[in-house]
Amino acid sequence: MDIYADNILDHYKRPRGKDESLCVNEQRSCHSEKNPSCGDSLIMELEIDNGIVKIKWNGSGCAISQAAISLLSEEIEGKTEEEILKLNKKDIIKMLGVPISTSRIKCALLCLHTIKNTIKKSKGEVLNKWEDTLEIDHE
Amino acid sequence: MKIDLINLRESFSIFEKEKSSAYLDSAATAQVPDSVINKMEEYYKYYCSNVHRGVNLQNEKSTNEFETARNVIQSFVDAKYVSEIVFTKNCTESINLVANGWAKHNLKAGDGIVLSILEHHSNIVPWLQLKKEIGINLHWIDLSEDGQLDMNQYEKIIEEENIKLVAITGQSNVLGIQTDLINIIAKAKAKGAPVLVDAAQLIAHKQVNVQKLDCDFLAFSGHKLYGPTGIGVLYVKRERQEEMQPWITGGGSVLEVHRDKFIPSETPSMFEAGTPPIAEAIGLAESIKWINMYEWKDIQEYESSLISYATEEMNKISSLKILGSNNKHGCISFILDGIHPHDVADIAGEMDVSIRAGNHCAMPLHTALGIPASNRMSIALYNKKEDIDLLIKAINKAITIFSK
Repeated sequence: MDIYADNILDHYKRPRGKDESLCVNEQRSCHSEKNPSCGDSLIMELEIDNGIVKIKWNGSGCAISQAAISLLSEEIEGKTEEEILKLNKKDIIKMLGVPISTSRIKCALLCLHTIKNTIKKSKGEVLNKWEDTLEIDHE
Repeated sequence: MKIDLINLRESFSIFEKEKSSAYLDSAATAQVPDSVINKMEEYYKYYCSNVHRGVNLQNEKSTNEFETARNVIQSFVDAKYVSEIVFTKNCTESINLVANGWAKHNLKAGDGIVLSILEHHSNIVPWLQLKKEIGINLHWIDLSEDGQLDMNQYEKIIEEENIKLVAITGQSNVLGIQTDLINIIAKAKAKGAPVLVDAAQLIAHKQVNVQKLDCDFLAFSGHKLYGPTGIGVLYVKRERQEEMQPWITGGGSVLEVHRDKFIPSETPSMFEAGTPPIAEAIGLAESIKWINMYEWKDIQEYESSLISYATEEMNKISSLKILGSNNKHGCISFILDGIHPHDVADIAGEMDVSIRAGNHCAMPLHTALGIPASNRMSIALYNKKEDIDLLIKAINKAITIFSK
């Protein structure tokens, strides 16, 4: 199956929930991450409404990284912080529904890396490293 | 020998594969001729042993081959003394050796180093680190409107600032333009400032003559010169060697070691602590022998015909923009409207067309150009017109996919 499936291209061209005015700021609820291998970047700002997470996001990058955050912003509707922190690599790949090669895995997971670290930062917790998000097996 | 592409490609096993493919990423790492691989295999199969450390026959052979490799490199860059050739791990380590072995001991807070906006990270980060450590100042040469380095700005910096080193690339790994080294070095010399040439890209595309250039340091890697990874070279002019201190230290770099002090050995071994990359040095000499079979004039003529052809074909694509001015060597970087470079490279990769996406370790240049990333196609002597055709096909495929 093709990585550039219609829904990926659709979300890339018409990103859902993107707020182009959002910039990196000093708020504890605002956080940004980059994919160092190709320069994709995401900024997120978090709001908790009755225990339910609402995010604002902005970013730039390849079709995979940008479609993934667009899809994720829909996926997390109605979810709590704890539910989002439980999301993993498999969930994101399933959500994208296209084959993700080793060279594109960071593009795909940048959304998960950013949202988890935005939550962790707002709670004052230690942030995930890429090896946590990538679920690198150290055994 | 005249360039005969069929014959030339036959010296690379990697091009035997039947599937159509185009390797257009030689600016990152070039393919390696079989003669180089065989030479390295010979070392491991028949005389594998350390160098300068024994008196047995194997050791004698490996030491001879290793030191002969140094001679081959000396004559390749036309260094006056063989001891001016230092083996390192790669071009990056070579530049770090200049920063830590020379600059750190000869520059002080307030002294200036000139860099150009064309530099890749290897010739930026060591200087940023030195700035942090000892408080030197960095002065940047930008691009002028014609897309070349702004020589007026350079002259002004050289005249007005307290410049103690000029660290400059010979050829941009993004824009493909070559810098006017002769002129840049002459101006630095007039003010008594030594010059480091980063020849990472230049070395495979133009004849380099360190005596003619009159540079003090020249750095390059083996793997961009049809050689193995894990081997780099730093040419250090004899006068500068006398001003240097050892950086990475240990066995092989010392004359005497006592409980409370050590005496370094002579150069170049003073800078080559630990067991060196022996097979790789021998391999690099073999890759130089391979490139020496061809005349530089023919190499340049052939490569520039490929670059011209690629430029013409790319200019036919209206949504494609080539970065930088004309007169490119070795590579062309470009961007496509509405398609991120990573996606272009991925779609090309699916067709077995290897190009690069990202900032190519040149983030300050990309920032100056106002773009986060670009695609780069780069050529070597083994590329053919059909490789360019395949790339154009891949670019058009990306455009079709993203116009859905």
